[in-house]
Amino acid sequence: MKLTRRTFFKFMGAAGSTVVGRASSANAWESKAPPDSYGCLVDLSRCVGCRKCEEACSTVNGLPAPERANCQCTIFEKKRRPDDTAYTVVNRYFTGKLDTFDKPLPTFAKVQCMHCQDAACVSACIVGALTKDETGAVHYDVSKCIGCRYCMVACPFEIPAYEYDDPITPRVMKCTFCYDRIKKEGGIPGCVTICPTEALTFGKRETVLKIAHDRLRENPGKYIQHVYGEKEVGGTSWMYISAVPFEKVNLPVLPETPSPKLSETIQHSLFSYLWSPIALFGVLGAVMFTSKKHTDHSNRKGGD
Amino acid sequence: MEHKARPLNKKFWTPGVMVMLVFMAAGAVSIIARFTGGIGYVTNLSDARPWGLWVGVDVATGVALAAGGFTTAALAHIFGRHNYESITRPALLTAVLGYTFVVLGLLVDIGRSWAIWKPMFNWNTNSVLFEVAMCVMVYLTVLYIEFFPIVAEQFKDRVNLPGILSVFNNLVDSILKRGDAFVGKIMWIFIILGVVLSCMHQSSLGSLMLVAPTKLHPLWYTPMLPLLFLTSAFAVGYPMVVFETTLATSSFKLDGEMNILTPLTRITVFLLGMYMFLKIGDMIYRGTYIYLLQGTYQTNSFIVEVLFGVMVPWVLLLFKRIRQSRTGIFIAASMIIGGVILNRINVFIVGYKSPLSESGYFPAPGEIFVTLGLIATLMFIYRCVVTCLPVLQAPEEVSS
Repeated sequence: MKLTRRTFFKFMGAAGSTVVGRASSANAWESKAPPDSYGCLVDLSRCVGCRKCEEACSTVNGLPAPERANCQCTIFEKKRRPDDTAYTVVNRYFTGKLDTFDKPLPTFAKVQCMHCQDAACVSACIVGALTKDETGAVHYDVSKCIGCRYCMVACPFEIPAYEYDDPITPRVMKCTFCYDRIKKEGGIPGCVTICPTEALTFGKRETVLKIAHDRLRENPGKYIQHVYGEKEVGGTSWMYISAVPFEKVNLPVLPETPSPKLSETIQHSLFSYLWSPIALFGVLGAVMFTSKKHTDHSNRKGGD
Repeated sequence: MEHKARPLNKKFWTPGVMVMLVFMAAGAVSIIARFTGGIGYVTNLSDARPWGLWVGVDVATGVALAAGGFTTAALAHIFGRHNYESITRPALLTAVLGYTFVVLGLLVDIGRSWAIWKPMFNWNTNSVLFEVAMCVMVYLTVLYIEFFPIVAEQFKDRVNLPGILSVFNNLVDSILKRGDAFVGKIMWIFIILGVVLSCMHQSSLGSLMLVAPTKLHPLWYTPMLPLLFLTSAFAVGYPMVVFETTLATSSFKLDGEMNILTPLTRITVFLLGMYMFLKIGDMIYRGTYIYLLQGTYQTNSFIVEVLFGVMVPWVLLLFKRIRQSRTGIFIAASMIIGGVILNRINVFIVGYKSPLSESGYFPAPGEIFVTLGLIATLMFIYRCVVTCLPVLQAPEEVSS
């Protein structure tokens, strides 16, 4: 190893000035949620399980027709998840609620991508193929995707699905928030256009959130006093209100901290301007230089 | 640098090599199936379980077990402990091969293998995986540069290409000589860079799961995960050297090199102790010991990992008699390696729970064949390389 005093200090001088030259390190984490995005409210107490939203979704997005599209009965016997052929599905839950004749009362719940304000998938995506659009949509750009499936690992709602049977060009499949429609003036998502019971309300997130709180206030005793998605994982574009506890309709209990906060804070405090690798390089270089000098010295004295 | 490393002049086609070939063939068949029928055709992966054996073992464990490369380079070249130089070459070879196979494993696992270059041009600096990918890419290049002098040493002045290619003999020879002279001058940069890059991505591999706080079991999910990954990589580096050296010297009937391995295990006592202190301290600090006796397969897997992969081998290595016994250090090293393998499997597979679906996962035969096939190919190439390049220490009479 030809490490002379001169080359070493030349190298370290450059490295050192980079470290000193960088701005203050501890940038506090900030939400990257777009300011005036859209949102959608699902009122589970209004949903009757007609599954028209599934049909509209597949038409609008060019997906295969929903499984037994007209079935509103036996299809509910199995719990379904959105997959690579369906961006949204409706499930039926018996939560113990009874009607006036003491018959069990079903609750229907539509599930799709929640379009998180600070989405874990967006933070995780190695190539930035997933982005949070200013409309609020978490947008997938297949042309960048390498298929690492880290988005699927990251998602707290278990939403992104994968075309596992395509050997060469598989895609990540998930609700687009009908991005192409809502970015146009007056455009609304396919599922919202068709819902016959107005269980789905689309609008600016702030407006929709206000509608949700108004309904909770104006119908005392009807709803659980919580808007699911207002604060979960830092807030989501899709939000739910319900007469039954959310965990009983497969909406997971989640912390209010945005999922990416911890990993992004660690990454940026360690690696912004590459200060820590450069500093480590400097320290190791100094150690190497010192130990080499020590060896040379003892060699000259005839030691071994 | 006083190396006595020599190519080995030994019988190549042993029964062990034949077994490797069988595994390699099975792996090749599975890889062909994956690229014709899709990932779903050969794996048990699902939407709820997007990462399985290939990420947990081929990638995460592969990176961890290649830690011998940077830990020995740091010891011998940076901290100036030149008596350890004889082990840097085999450790470097393991790292070169290990990382090459991490990339090969990734190519099989990612859905769009042909798009693997895309992260170079589409940066997401928020993504932990992006940083890992960049580091692994640069580090692999650094490793090949570090390996170049070994190739040059063997073929300098005796380049003898077959047939018509022999007109290039002089050209190749001068490339080797000039390249070797140039790389020799700036090798110190690559050696330090290799250690820095290793520290970066070894720790960041642990940060990968931090973005999914609700999906990883609390016994493993901790903000300390990157530090635990880094310290466990430090701790497993020298045991890997002990493990390999023992296997290689037994297989090739060479000197056991206990004069070097015994002091290495003393350093391991310190490094493994540091990892153990952090791991158990973190468990106590966060109060996650309340899960220990739940008796689920997850908590049991944690107990096995910490008890037999960290605590028992640490205690074993405290005894001087064990540190001086070839069998003793081999057993302790194997346990430490097993503990790190199990840790990576636990973090990426066992401890992972999808929040909504039942996602019980056990790798499909196709996944297992690919993993075993890659490992067998790695061992096969290792054997090829030490047979024809000066990597291992061998007495004069057996060299070619």
